[in-house]
Amino acid sequence: MLTVDCGDGNPLQVVCGAPNARAGLVGVFGVEGATVPANGMVLKKTAIRGVESNGMMCSVAELELGDDHDGIIELPADAPVGMAFAEYAEANDPVIDVAITPNRQDCMGVMGIARDLAAAGLGTFKPVEVPAVAGSYPCPVEIRTDDPDGCPAFYGRVIRGVKNGPSPDWMQARLKAAGQRPISALVDCTNYLMLACGRPAHAYDLAKLNGAVVARRAEEGETVTALNGKDYTLTAEMTVIADDSGVHDIAGIMGGEHSGCSEDTTDVLLEIAYFTPERIAKTGQALALTSDARSRFERGVDPAFLDDGLALLTDLIVQTCGGEPSDVIRAGQPPVERKTIAYDTARCAALGGIDVPADRQKAILQSLGFEVASDWTVTVPTWRRDIDGWADLVEEVVRIVGLDNVVSIPLPRADGVAKPTATLQQSLERKVHRAAAARGLNEAINWSFLPQKEADAFGGGTWSLDNPISEDMKVMRPSLLPGLLSAAQRNMDRGAASVRLFEIGRRYLADCERLTAGIVLAGEKTPRGWSSGKAAKFDAFDAKAEVIALLAAAGVATEGLMVLGDAGDHYHPGQSATLRMGPKNVLAAFGSLHPATAKTFDLDGAVIAAEIFLDAIPLKKGAGFMRPAFTPPALQAVTRDFAFLVPEQLHAGDLVRAIKGCDKDNIAAVRLFDRFAGQGVPDGQVSLAIEVSLQPSDKSYTDDELKAISDRVVTAASKQGAALRG
Amino acid sequence: MSDIATLQNQILAAIDAADTPDALEAVRIDALGKQGSVSALLKTLGQMSPEERQVQGPMINGLREAVTNGIAAKKAALETAILNQRLATERLDMTLPAPEAPRGTVHPVSQVMDELAEIFADMGFAVAEGPEIEDDWHNFSALNIPETHPARAMHDTFYFPDQMAQKDENGDGKKMLLRTHTSPVQIRTMTKQEPPIRIIAPGRVYRSDSDATHTPMFHQIEGLVIDKGIHLGHLKWTLETFLKAFFERDDVVLRLRPSYFPFTEPSVEVDVGYSVVKGKRVIGGSEGWMEVLGSGMVHRKVIEACGLDPDVWQGFAFGTGVDRLAMLKYGMDDLRAFFDGDNRWLQHYGFNALDVPTLSGGVGA
Repeated sequence: MLTVDCGDGNPLQVVCGAPNARAGLVGVFGVEGATVPANGMVLKKTAIRGVESNGMMCSVAELELGDDHDGIIELPADAPVGMAFAEYAEANDPVIDVAITPNRQDCMGVMGIARDLAAAGLGTFKPVEVPAVAGSYPCPVEIRTDDPDGCPAFYGRVIRGVKNGPSPDWMQARLKAAGQRPISALVDCTNYLMLACGRPAHAYDLAKLNGAVVARRAEEGETVTALNGKDYTLTAEMTVIADDSGVHDIAGIMGGEHSGCSEDTTDVLLEIAYFTPERIAKTGQALALTSDARSRFERGVDPAFLDDGLALLTDLIVQTCGGEPSDVIRAGQPPVERKTIAYDTARCAALGGIDVPADRQKAILQSLGFEVASDWTVTVPTWRRDIDGWADLVEEVVRIVGLDNVVSIPLPRADGVAKPTATLQQSLERKVHRAAAARGLNEAINWSFLPQKEADAFGGGTWSLDNPISEDMKVMRPSLLPGLLSAAQRNMDRGAASVRLFEIGRRYLADCERLTAGIVLAGEKTPRGWSSGKAAKFDAFDAKAEVIALLAAAGVATEGLMVLGDAGDHYHPGQSATLRMGPKNVLAAFGSLHPATAKTFDLDGAVIAAEIFLDAIPLKKGAGFMRPAFTPPALQAVTRDFAFLVPEQLHAGDLVRAIKGCDKDNIAAVRLFDRFAGQGVPDGQVSLAIEVSLQPSDKSYTDDELKAISDRVVTAASKQGAALRG
Repeated sequence: MSDIATLQNQILAAIDAADTPDALEAVRIDALGKQGSVSALLKTLGQMSPEERQVQGPMINGLREAVTNGIAAKKAALETAILNQRLATERLDMTLPAPEAPRGTVHPVSQVMDELAEIFADMGFAVAEGPEIEDDWHNFSALNIPETHPARAMHDTFYFPDQMAQKDENGDGKKMLLRTHTSPVQIRTMTKQEPPIRIIAPGRVYRSDSDATHTPMFHQIEGLVIDKGIHLGHLKWTLETFLKAFFERDDVVLRLRPSYFPFTEPSVEVDVGYSVVKGKRVIGGSEGWMEVLGSGMVHRKVIEACGLDPDVWQGFAFGTGVDRLAMLKYGMDDLRAFFDGDNRWLQHYGFNALDVPTLSGGVGA
């Protein structure tokens, strides 16, 4: 525990674990509210192991001033206590973070940013002064480009007799401020050029080169150890810089370890090249290798800045490391032809929504380096590779004028009340959504991808990701149930007594994505209550009820649906079914989950599930709003009850359907109201009791008529194997 | 006192004394039954002379009426007493809980999508859809993002293996991927529908990104207007109008910033002003700004790629996160919870089935 004197006479208590912390040390103190540069943490008053701590004594690493994180910074004993450290260390140059959009390579150096700021009215742009650095001898190294597609231009020169070492303090300070770690004077000079002018370059140790230095395609399988210490295997699609002994540089992306500059370097070969952006992008993507050079080259550096860049770099090196430069040697030609665009100043208002006077537009474009002819042919500067057509010029003008000047203009509005826009499918989906929630189900949204194992439990998925974020998110779901079951399982693990979940989303099949509603019910249907004392469990009929209710909400006439099998292997074979419109069109599958499937998801007890295939529901376009006329029958319906003994295997639904169909003129409804097996019913049979509603038309039934109808009911039932109970 | 008056007093006293329906019935039979005392008196009327009957008649009939009324009143009183007694035994403890119906919920993402559909329908926008498993042409190339474009690296794309590539009409294989944005729906709409076009396209999108604020799957909404004479001013109005309606605040302020998207030119990033209320950022005012939308005028190359003439048709597009809009409006702060299916979270943040967004009732709930 330290007592820190911040010079204001109010010593602060600070907890510190640094090995070098000791009484009397003068260090750098981070006050409450300050942000730690290395990790973005905001310092606040905390308790460390129960002891109050105010702020933090800082290490070199925490302040991003170097790599040393073994202890806190120790300043000379005479350093003035209480003075701001930035001021003391003369590190109080403001640092401005600039986010560069990928189209603006020209702003990946201070020069481009300065030009843009000046165009926006902030200061005056001072073009960089390029010193003429004459060579005193011919370049002793042969330079060639054997791959003009990938490297159209390769310029270079040698500097002999340089002395490498730390770069000057001013250069180090600027590099650090820009987030670049100083390495050695030679490397720092190339980095300085890159940060100042957005122009990457490379310095080779001449002593390590052998023969002509050539830009060429890599040979398939050729390898190089890059400056980051990693080995890369190259393909014939990649451009490299090589000499007689091998590859020295993954062109435009990263130099090689072998030929880099070191403390002992005395002679250097400077490389300034123009690489084709597309090639750099492909190579970088293929090698998964990012670098400051790649990010600039793949966006396209200024092809007209090779000579100036080389002169600036030579000058920097001679100034800092001494040495004697050779003549410049040039191979190939950079693509310096400039685009021209026929511009119409009226486009600015027509596209950009701001009316800017023509002379203002001209001034803006000129300040950005465009040339504007009297006929408004605009010539694009070489460093603006992103400018393609007149729309780009509109953007230049409006962004400099300021988008704040765009005035809101209402979209033209159609007369009258807005017309409905939802498609039939969308309306259906919304209704099912609301109906499911109204029935007490909670809508979940689950991942579209599943672990392989879960997809396999549902017949497997066709679409498996090449690069999943994890093995748990690999296969596009063939069913909505796995996601819902996993969610149910998580809820159960959290102690939920009851889970009612639904999801509406897509299943991903080989040929299409199918909109589907999934339902999972698990745990208690109703909790223990004072009236019955027992909790009720869900059963397969709960799934049937949900499915029928949601299909009805979707506009399906559910009485007409067929109940058939083949719900799928993930269901209990004896407690599941499909609902079909006709024998082929499956609208829904439902039932109790197969215990083996439930086990896959670590679920115990009965789990009830259903899927409704929303895209299988035929969409009916309403024929106007008029309903059929309502004519209530004049006479009241009468009901008759029948009890049948039927074989166990007979589907009750078949019996009901047969009775319904046996006298359509008179039978209005048929309802099963009792099912019984046991005492009084022979083995292998069940008793089914059925209520038949009869609707007389114009006069009441006579006893004979009622008898005739009853006979028809009994006959129809007997065809199904049912015998009237005596 | 006459005999009749005496009799009446006696019978009324007996009625009063009857404390069960049976006792009352006995009194009735004694008085009004065939052998009853009142019936006997009534029978005497027939033998009387007219003069006598004139005097006795009203008296005897008065007696009968008084007895009849008395019995009826007593009968009603006894029945009420019996009913009250029964009701007293049927008392239920109404503080006992009634059967509970489970409360279902609509997920905030679905709710917000419904809200957006409602707002944009009023501005004439339909809802368009497209596949989530896309080909690289619709997701990238048609949107002016060529293979080598650095922007492709910005999207951390989920790809399917090469053998899943789908042949286009020229027989060229198209690499399949999970769409990284809803923008391919722009392409699908423009290639099959004649302008003018006004659509929004909400849906799932995927990026290979996972941390505290990013999930590999999330929801975006795309907007597209293609017409004649559409410019940045219309874009600004549309976004302002939409945000005001969505947040139901009139003090929504937008700030447009130049940006870059390959498929728009000019490209505009949209910040919306917020105020801080009880430590939370609330849309409206201008205490601070947060980035909520990417947008711009649809790039000529994109319009061209869809087979439309960019000299005739122009328009704007915008995109934003649906989950983000939900969080800003309803105050959730953890995106990961959106996709966890936690009952407790769904019960807390989910919406009642009947909270259907309408313009008259308000789109917020």
